[in-house]
Amino acid sequence: MSAQPYGLIATFKTAPALYHAAEAVRDAGYRHWDCITPFPVHGLDKAMGLRRSIVPRISLVGGITGFCTGMSLIWWTGAVDYKLIVGGKPLFSPMFAFPVSYELTILFTAFATIIGMFVLNGLPMHYHPVLKYDQIRRGMDDTFFIVIEARDPRFNAANTRALLEQAGGEAITELEP
Amino acid sequence: MAHADPKAAAHPILQEVKPAALPRAVLVENDRSFSWITEKICGIIEGKTPTWWWVCFILACFVASFTVAGITYLVATGVGVWGHANPVNWAWDIVNFVFWIGIGHAGTLISAILCLLRQKWRTSINRAAEAMTIFAVVCAAIFPVFHVGRVWFAWYLFPIPNSNAIWQNFRSPLEWDVFAVSTYGTVSVLFWYVGLIPDLAVLRDRFYAAGNKMRATLYGLFAMGWRGSNRHWSNYEMAYLILAGISTPLVLSVHTIVSFDFAVSLLPGWHTTIFPPYFVAGAIFSGFGMVLTLMLPLRAVYGLQDLITQYHIDCMCKITLATGTIVGYAYGMEFFIAWYGANPYEGFAFVNRAFGHYAWAYWIMISCNVITPQFFWFKAVRENTALVWILSIFVNVGMWFERFVIIVTSLARDFLPSSWGYYSPSIVEIFTFFGTFGVFSVLFLLFIRFLPVMPMAELKAVTPQADVHGGHAKH
Repeated sequence: MSAQPYGLIATFKTAPALYHAAEAVRDAGYRHWDCITPFPVHGLDKAMGLRRSIVPRISLVGGITGFCTGMSLIWWTGAVDYKLIVGGKPLFSPMFAFPVSYELTILFTAFATIIGMFVLNGLPMHYHPVLKYDQIRRGMDDTFFIVIEARDPRFNAANTRALLEQAGGEAITELEP
Repeated sequence: MAHADPKAAAHPILQEVKPAALPRAVLVENDRSFSWITEKICGIIEGKTPTWWWVCFILACFVASFTVAGITYLVATGVGVWGHANPVNWAWDIVNFVFWIGIGHAGTLISAILCLLRQKWRTSINRAAEAMTIFAVVCAAIFPVFHVGRVWFAWYLFPIPNSNAIWQNFRSPLEWDVFAVSTYGTVSVLFWYVGLIPDLAVLRDRFYAAGNKMRATLYGLFAMGWRGSNRHWSNYEMAYLILAGISTPLVLSVHTIVSFDFAVSLLPGWHTTIFPPYFVAGAIFSGFGMVLTLMLPLRAVYGLQDLITQYHIDCMCKITLATGTIVGYAYGMEFFIAWYGANPYEGFAFVNRAFGHYAWAYWIMISCNVITPQFFWFKAVRENTALVWILSIFVNVGMWFERFVIIVTSLARDFLPSSWGYYSPSIVEIFTFFGTFGVFSVLFLLFIRFLPVMPMAELKAVTPQADVHGGHAKH
């Protein structure tokens, strides 16, 4: 036997069908599996048993870094590195440093959020077994899929196929690794 | 009901009262399927380039060449080629800068604030409005960057170590503006790009299936290998929500800081505390004017009536009406405070605005910004697309004049009558400004030709068939 398949992929025609199938797969105790949808299906995270995304924590770190960067940049350049009195104003004050620090908070949060999202999603990944499936194009258009990976401890070619069939999955296919 | 409401127990009739079902406007008309949406939006990109596109593109390039000519002459000669002279050392450049930045704000309002407010009608217009934001920021940036004169020193605006070892003056609102506008531009691009990723993946797969390897690779490169995984969507949606959450204070802060450029100075007519909210309302007003100016022809040309419905136009008109009325209120309040504040300089600045040398500009501003939006009270006006489009042009014109009135009339008549002057733009300034409409149009035309004009994934998510509960029992 050649290499083990990546997993099984099943097709679902509608969003509700996918939603209920996802609940069935979740309840069967699978862990390494995924839904492929053309748009974010409302409530599917719960049906899959996913936890809340941790992107906000990364964003918060970015935001705090941005604010501190702004404050310390203005303090260091104006009150330490090159002291220059302008208009009789203090060399440093958090008041006049605030607008720039505020903008940098937003800028750094944006970068942290996006980089965090990419890192958590493992993107960019231009090669993936799912993308090799010849019908995957429909998954970007109007069709829904469930993929159960072979590395899942509960994976068993026959039983998993039966589960997907029972859940209403069509055209169940083995994915090449 | 497990816990009976004590109020309901006292009045048994309340238990029988059911809230009326509010009729919700349909966001995608004619019950279109998912694949209809994909075909419709991708069809614009995959189809043959229409003749009108080439005509518009060539025309836009020609107009844009005026900016190139104006800037080239300026760089080769010096900033003296603009009509600035004491006491008016800020004029069309800053007027145009604020005008373009303001236009961008509607894009962020639609993509961020309306996203947080769960206004689902935003989905069909947000992509194009965000594109408008980015291109407007590009046009806006041209003016201050070239106004510095020796443009090759424009990097002095940023805290980059230089051979003079000196740093920027962070006490100045102008320096705040550098950070506000560059952050605004960057975050707008990031937000736009994140929204594009799933749609680029659709195009990647379609071009791959059609055998167009080169375009599949190009779109695929930027699609980052997106595969519609729900584990990805989960993080993606969270990231999108956070970006919307931070873009909201961003868009409000950007025009606030732009208004600080004036409000923090001591010049009568500029030195007012009403400026930040007044500028933000004006920015959103002008931005919606521009969104209508762009979307109505786009809707007609590409037959997008099922996606940009009358309901969408109504919503946009109503926001224009609301913000236009706020702007009208601000005009009135400025006069009231000038009188109530009993400062003779302040009082003079406002009387001079309405009845001085620049009264013509003031009354153009009043008629375009205060009177024009009031037509949107009427349903018959909102339903007349051609009329809405014409009114939207008036809004654009009026908001340009607002900035002209604020900036130029205040400077031309400052404290000392001996230094008073009258400013007229030079031909170089006129060329440069006229050309920015070409720059904007070139970018916008490229956008509608090569990128999906509407977010397909988001549109699909607001259709009735996307609801997994089929509109019945709640889980």
